[in-house]
Amino acid sequence: MGAVVGGNLPDCRDGVMSMRWMTVIRMRIRALFFRAELEQELDEELRYHLDREVEEGMAAGMSPKDARYAAMRAVKEIEQRKEECRDMRGLNAIDHMAQDFRYAVRQLRKNPAFACTAIFVLALGISSTVAIFGFVEAALIKPLPYRDQSRLVAAFASSPGAPRSWLSYPDFADWKKLNQVFRSIDAYALNGSFTLNTWDGAEQVGGTRVSAGFFRTLGVTPFLGRDFQSGEDSAGAPRTVVLSYTAWQKRFGGKRDVLGRAIMLNGNPTVVIGVLPAHFQFAPYGGAEFWATLRGTDSCEQHRDCRNLIAIARLKDGVSIDAASANMRSVAQQLRSQYPEANRFFGSANLVPLRDFIVGDVRPVLLILLSGASLLLLIACVNVTTLLLARSDSRQREIAMRGALGASSSRLLHQFATEGFVLAAAGCIAGLVFAQWGMGLLMALVPAEKLESMPYLRGLGLNSVTVAFACGISLLAGMTFAVIPMARTSLAGMLEGLKEGTRGSAGTTWRRFGSILVVIEVALAMVLMVCAGLLGQSLYQMLHLDVGFQADHLAYFQTSWAPGKYETDQQIVRLGREMTERIATLPGVLSVGLSTAPPVDSAWGTASFHIAGRLAVSGEENEVINRQVSAGYLRTLQARLWRGRYFSEAEDTAKPHVVIINRTLAGKYFAGEDPTGKQIYYDGGPRTLMQIVGVVDDIKEGPLEDPNWPVLYVPVNQNPLVWPALLVRTSGGEAALFPRVTGAIHGLDPFITVSPGQTMTERINQSPSAYLRRSAASLTGGFAAAALLLGVVGFYGVVAYAVGQRTREMGVRMALGAQRSTVYRLILGEAGRLTAIGVVLGIGGSLAATTMLRSLLFGVRFWDPATLIAVAGVLGGSALLASYLPARRAASVNPVEALRTE
Amino acid sequence: MKPLSKPTDLVQGTLDLLILKTVALEPMHGWAVAQRIRQMSGDVLQVGQGALYPSLHKLEQNGWIESEWAVSENNRRAKYYTLTKAGRKAMESEAAQWERLSAAISLIVGTA
Repeated sequence: MGAVVGGNLPDCRDGVMSMRWMTVIRMRIRALFFRAELEQELDEELRYHLDREVEEGMAAGMSPKDARYAAMRAVKEIEQRKEECRDMRGLNAIDHMAQDFRYAVRQLRKNPAFACTAIFVLALGISSTVAIFGFVEAALIKPLPYRDQSRLVAAFASSPGAPRSWLSYPDFADWKKLNQVFRSIDAYALNGSFTLNTWDGAEQVGGTRVSAGFFRTLGVTPFLGRDFQSGEDSAGAPRTVVLSYTAWQKRFGGKRDVLGRAIMLNGNPTVVIGVLPAHFQFAPYGGAEFWATLRGTDSCEQHRDCRNLIAIARLKDGVSIDAASANMRSVAQQLRSQYPEANRFFGSANLVPLRDFIVGDVRPVLLILLSGASLLLLIACVNVTTLLLARSDSRQREIAMRGALGASSSRLLHQFATEGFVLAAAGCIAGLVFAQWGMGLLMALVPAEKLESMPYLRGLGLNSVTVAFACGISLLAGMTFAVIPMARTSLAGMLEGLKEGTRGSAGTTWRRFGSILVVIEVALAMVLMVCAGLLGQSLYQMLHLDVGFQADHLAYFQTSWAPGKYETDQQIVRLGREMTERIATLPGVLSVGLSTAPPVDSAWGTASFHIAGRLAVSGEENEVINRQVSAGYLRTLQARLWRGRYFSEAEDTAKPHVVIINRTLAGKYFAGEDPTGKQIYYDGGPRTLMQIVGVVDDIKEGPLEDPNWPVLYVPVNQNPLVWPALLVRTSGGEAALFPRVTGAIHGLDPFITVSPGQTMTERINQSPSAYLRRSAASLTGGFAAAALLLGVVGFYGVVAYAVGQRTREMGVRMALGAQRSTVYRLILGEAGRLTAIGVVLGIGGSLAATTMLRSLLFGVRFWDPATLIAVAGVLGGSALLASYLPARRAASVNPVEALRTE
Repeated sequence: MKPLSKPTDLVQGTLDLLILKTVALEPMHGWAVAQRIRQMSGDVLQVGQGALYPSLHKLEQNGWIESEWAVSENNRRAKYYTLTKAGRKAMESEAAQWERLSAAISLIVGTA
């Protein structure tokens, strides 16, 4: 073992440690706040020493005067001693820091244009990064407000075509019984609304039904009353409901006597037993006000092939999600062999961490935006660095002077560092203010119904995490600002600055530095602009996609009703006909259609079929989307009929069964043949033959970005449809029609609920796929615009500075006969060269960055040459414009004056 | 014996150890510390105030010694330094270090 001679005393450990630190802190505080007292003590201590020396000298026989001289000689330089003692106490460090700080602030105030520009640019970068980080933190970092949320999973049935399918009630009951991996598993139903009886008829209210242990599985305790007890979700139990905090406040005035009250929910008296806490959130039903129980009694829940539940489960301790998935897959397989008809597609299970299920679709967008904002911050930092460099250059003489007057080099470096950090700190504070404001603005731009499905964004704003993040990035920025001018200021050559005429050489170094920074700026701006361009194009492509129908002048309403009144096939068919007739007679309505689901929905509601006369390969699954539609539906959509005919209203169960297919289905199963006239039948159930009477061009049934699925359209008159979606073609504006349609249906039966109307155009614009791309494209576009602006300003700054440095050179050149055009060529050529390098680097960077974007791109390749060329053109043009002004200044230099100034 | 010429010959960490050792005997003011070191080393080690006071202040700042104003043997106010618990621990570990080091050096110097 080695030992270091004269090394510092080692730290002591154990309990003494904390005591020691308290002493140390006390000493520091004293050093900081009781300066005068300390100074006096120091003085007295040293004087005491001096006096003792004098006494000793006198004792040795010296005269008092000689003794004093001797002592003074021994105690040489008493002030220096004091300074050393002060150093040891850390007084000087504090002093210097305060001095540096004051000096830095004075420097910035002396040059407000520089200070404001630098702080604003920095604040822009910091605030955009922090604002986006605020969203990232709220959605991806902050834990969901459930107990031990990392152990929660969403459980889905899984088929080859649909890896996240819903569960049927009997399947859910079996999963609960057969699994060995969940501490508990509960489910919620997908029809997110109830009919609530109010004083004047019925209102459709947000809510869902859950199994009894749902809130316990999540680990949520009601704010008031109790949650469901086990068994309360059985068929015979009295009906109970738990209210959301908002519903309690809004509908029941926040009165505590709401507990035990009965309300009419879906036509059944239901007792309120509890109120959820205000902070409770469940993103899949963000707007749910009423939480009732699943009872396993409604028509869907009695069938194993009617899938309307999503299960939420808590893993047993020590069970990994992979082990749990394996167990659930075997359970699903077992159920398929037990129920081969109902579960034919669903031989597998899929467990997803609850967080991924809830925030999965916003994650890529948020991460892309965060990367974009970080690039902008980087550009801002580079920009401020160029400003600082330019300044440090013009301060050469000042620095040299201070060095000559005795400032040590470390003291000067500290000075620079302090200025960098003061700048970063000011940028940080301004950035936080902007960020808070920016987050508010972004939140205001999110439509209310989107916000409902993202309850985790509630209360978004600056918090300890985002502030810490802001301080962290500002510290990094401050470090950059501190280090770079240090590297730049060669202290060996400090005195050189005092001499006249050395600025030329200093300028050269700086110009090289500046050029590198400019190239970086151009490259980064290029990356951001390409990303924004591609996202913008994706959005455009998506909104101008051929959806297979005429989206304008088309309104959509969703109906629902409580069970009981319309049960038999005849009743349901008659209701559909009556609704259609009543709405069709409204003024302004051209036609009406009913369907299982509106277009541009999700690809749910699938069925499997076989073609009559063809050998069915065993295990072959022809999974297709199945839509029950009224005779007028395809006409109302103005779908394009490709072959055959549409349904007629008269085609009911008395007539031969008919079906219309889409072109994807025709291409997939009837390649090279004419499908009309062919017969098919559903897999399972009675083998009723259906004749294909028509083929329509593909209508976008699923999400916009998905490829078209094969679709079967069957008439509602032969396949009665519960809770139809209504599509209404209008001659004028759709919105004026909304209340009239609701009125017409309520005239028929006030207890049928109708969703607020939505225009189809709005539906496409607001569809999750379009919304995601729109927000990504507009924010990235904003970042790109800011990046372009900063880049151009930075470019201008560098070129202008370089030109200023070379004024004398230009003067000499022109004195020797150079034309103004030569000067232009010289400067613009240099600028062009830098831009070209930046653009080439930018193209490389963009290709790397846009591969990340691929999941969001639609209808455009990630290396789209048109975008690359356009962006390069815009950047190049802006850069030339930015260098034109300084070039003109250089070209208009008067040679005589230029030579005289230096 | 000829005194070692300058106080700077005392390596900084060693001076710290000497001060701690000296103060460990009893509370002492700076001048007394210097005197005591000189006496105990048989006039070999002379600590000038140039090194002494910065060291004292640093040790106090580190929490290894603490100071107190008291009346001195010549009836004047003087600043007395006392070893703290943390200081004693530090002194012991530093002393052990020093023993090991000096033993190692004598081994080499002795055999040469």
